[in-house]
Amino acid sequence: MEHGSITDVRSSTFSLMDEDHTLANSVRFTLNQDPRVEFCGYSIPHPSENRVNIRVQTTGDPAKEVFKDALQNLLVMSQHVRTTFDRAVQDYRAQPHNTIGSDGRL
Amino acid sequence: MKKASVMDIPDVPKGQLPPHLELQRTRVLCGSDAPTHSEGIQYSGAYASMGIDNSLRLDDFCNKFRVEIIQLTEDEMEFDMIGIDASVANAFRRILIAEIPTMAIEKILMVNNTSVIADDVLSHRIGLIPLDVDPRLFEYLSGNDSPNERNTIVFKLHVSCKKSGPRITVKSDQLKWLPNGSELEMASPNPSAKPKSYTSFTCSQDSLPEFSNKPIGLKHEDIIVAKLGPGQEIELEAHAIKGLGKTHAKWSPVATAWYRMLPEVVLLEDVEGELAEELVKKCPVNVFEDIEDLATGKKKAVVANPRACTLCRECIRGEGWEERVAVRRVKDHFIFKIESTGALPPEVLFSEAVKVLEDKCDRVISELS
Repeated sequence: MEHGSITDVRSSTFSLMDEDHTLANSVRFTLNQDPRVEFCGYSIPHPSENRVNIRVQTTGDPAKEVFKDALQNLLVMSQHVRTTFDRAVQDYRAQPHNTIGSDGRL
Repeated sequence: MKKASVMDIPDVPKGQLPPHLELQRTRVLCGSDAPTHSEGIQYSGAYASMGIDNSLRLDDFCNKFRVEIIQLTEDEMEFDMIGIDASVANAFRRILIAEIPTMAIEKILMVNNTSVIADDVLSHRIGLIPLDVDPRLFEYLSGNDSPNERNTIVFKLHVSCKKSGPRITVKSDQLKWLPNGSELEMASPNPSAKPKSYTSFTCSQDSLPEFSNKPIGLKHEDIIVAKLGPGQEIELEAHAIKGLGKTHAKWSPVATAWYRMLPEVVLLEDVEGELAEELVKKCPVNVFEDIEDLATGKKKAVVANPRACTLCRECIRGEGWEERVAVRRVKDHFIFKIESTGALPPEVLFSEAVKVLEDKCDRVISELS
């Protein structure tokens, strides 16, 4: 859910249900890395409510677009992490001395 | 007068941070009193006044990110994740602990329990036993679903101790899988009606292709569940369902998952002779080694194994040592360790964790558009 103003699209607060530090902190990182972002931060208003508020203020672009781009960046980063990781596992297994683990499996 | 470019003047940075700022940006400095510069500098414009862009471009990240696997066994893995921010590494760790589904025993139908362990304590103990079954083959059991072969696994436990015999120990291998579902009948107000069991399986689970070759069992057969004295008996049925670690730790797929930043130990000046020997002795985990310098014949300390460093800071204790040795941590190099409880191998768990984060991003993107 987005809380913003119609006249000023540059700043908005996004209220995400069923999310916590896991997503909010990572998105805050990708938002911070975006030069269009003037300010961003997140808060969890109450610990027993599964909700985070993410505040985005930009230098001019619509906050919603910038926020979506940040999520998209995080998504691409994750995909790259996964492919890199899977390749590393494959390479590790391909090495002859790693084919049999200490427990005899692998 | 010859024209000189401002860029040639030495104190104007040329797209590079001065060394002391670069050190603060990339390292946590562990002084004898406290670690300093421990926060990550995330803001893209942090060094804008110096003409340096601190933003991370995606292609840059993709070029620099590396994974190196150190150790991989059936249940444990250690790997290095290099070139990623702590916030994302921490997201993976949090997801591993709390948001990857596994199967765990949730419901106990207690038929008889005359042992000294109370029903609730016994049920709790049984719930914590790790099951050796791939949770991806199952669905969640939601509120109004009836338990069926796609969302429930049923185990039976029936042990008794002979009146004249010695005490016996009930171990987890006594839990027997019931591929046909519950064998207990529900009490019905109408005695003439066909008795209903607590599950409604349409077919036997061992006839399903996923389980016909690999029967569902327990990860460890030697977990002590209870002890029975002569004449005592336990009879129960245990129903396992799919769940998440954030509901209860029994659904957590890892014993633990953790990371630490790579320690970096640097000798700021040559440490020779008796000082070298002292330094080698100071370190409880043998980070340093003293080698004979062939040219001078003096002993000289070298950093042999910085990875073993626990940052106990023994080496910088005492007069003058902080000027000789620097203990730091590399902010974007994570030594990640996953200890699986056995439902899924650790490398699959990590891939699943990354997928969960991708799904979270996807969900929010689609909610916004």
